[in-house]
Amino acid sequence: MKMSLQVELEQQRNVLIVRLRGELDHHTADIVRFKMEDAILRGRCDHVVLSLKDLQFMDSSGLGVILGRYKLIKGRGGKMVVCDTQPSVKRLFELSGLFKILSFYDSERSAVAGLEVVS
Amino acid sequence: MSGHNHMKLSFASRSENESFARVSVAAFVSQLDPTLEQLDEIKTVVSEAVTNAIIHGYDGRTDGIVTVEAEIDGDTISLSVSDQGRGIEDLDLARQPLYTSRPELERSGMGFTIMENFMDEFDVVSSEAGGTSLRMKKRIESKKALFN
Repeated sequence: MKMSLQVELEQQRNVLIVRLRGELDHHTADIVRFKMEDAILRGRCDHVVLSLKDLQFMDSSGLGVILGRYKLIKGRGGKMVVCDTQPSVKRLFELSGLFKILSFYDSERSAVAGLEVVS
Repeated sequence: MSGHNHMKLSFASRSENESFARVSVAAFVSQLDPTLEQLDEIKTVVSEAVTNAIIHGYDGRTDGIVTVEAEIDGDTISLSVSDQGRGIEDLDLARQPLYTSRPELERSGMGFTIMENFMDEFDVVSSEAGGTSLRMKKRIESKKALFN
């Protein structure tokens, strides 16, 4: 069955870049949870960049799964940052208060650069 | 556009129907010529309400029925999302930001807050025997109306 969300993972040194394309809701949240969990626990990444340029839709189920991965990364001493959000997705981050605990960047490049300063 | 229009959808309480429901309502509402932002708000609200019915009303069971109704009256859209599942025990608690009755499911607890923020009117009717019904209204100032 065709899923309405695609997850693309790319490792750049100790940073895992997660690109989400499509729609993140309760139905598709599990894919994000499993793929990210697997990559974080098996890989050698310290930090995560969530790249959301092609994420067309997100609801509170998406916030839940992102908050969950944030806690996992933070518990391992790493950082999770977000880049390239669409206005509607950004608005949900603001409304939920996640805007205060995550750092936001305009592009993947600036997000990765920002992480390498702190690592 | 003015006048009166109505639609009703009933579907199985399966999570793949969350996107079906929000896309269908968005297509119906587009008659009012909403902005992209208003359309995103309506899609998000429908998604929250249907997800609540599936997760909380029916505990993830797929044999329940979720009913979505939308009504256009002039420039106002009324939405109702209902289930016949387990009702909400404590409504005041459920409406608190960040509260979730199912912390093990990694919920953000923001569903009600989002619905209340994105709609002009929001009301919940829930009983243990009869399930839960969310009723909401939003005024759409049409782009056409602004330009004319």
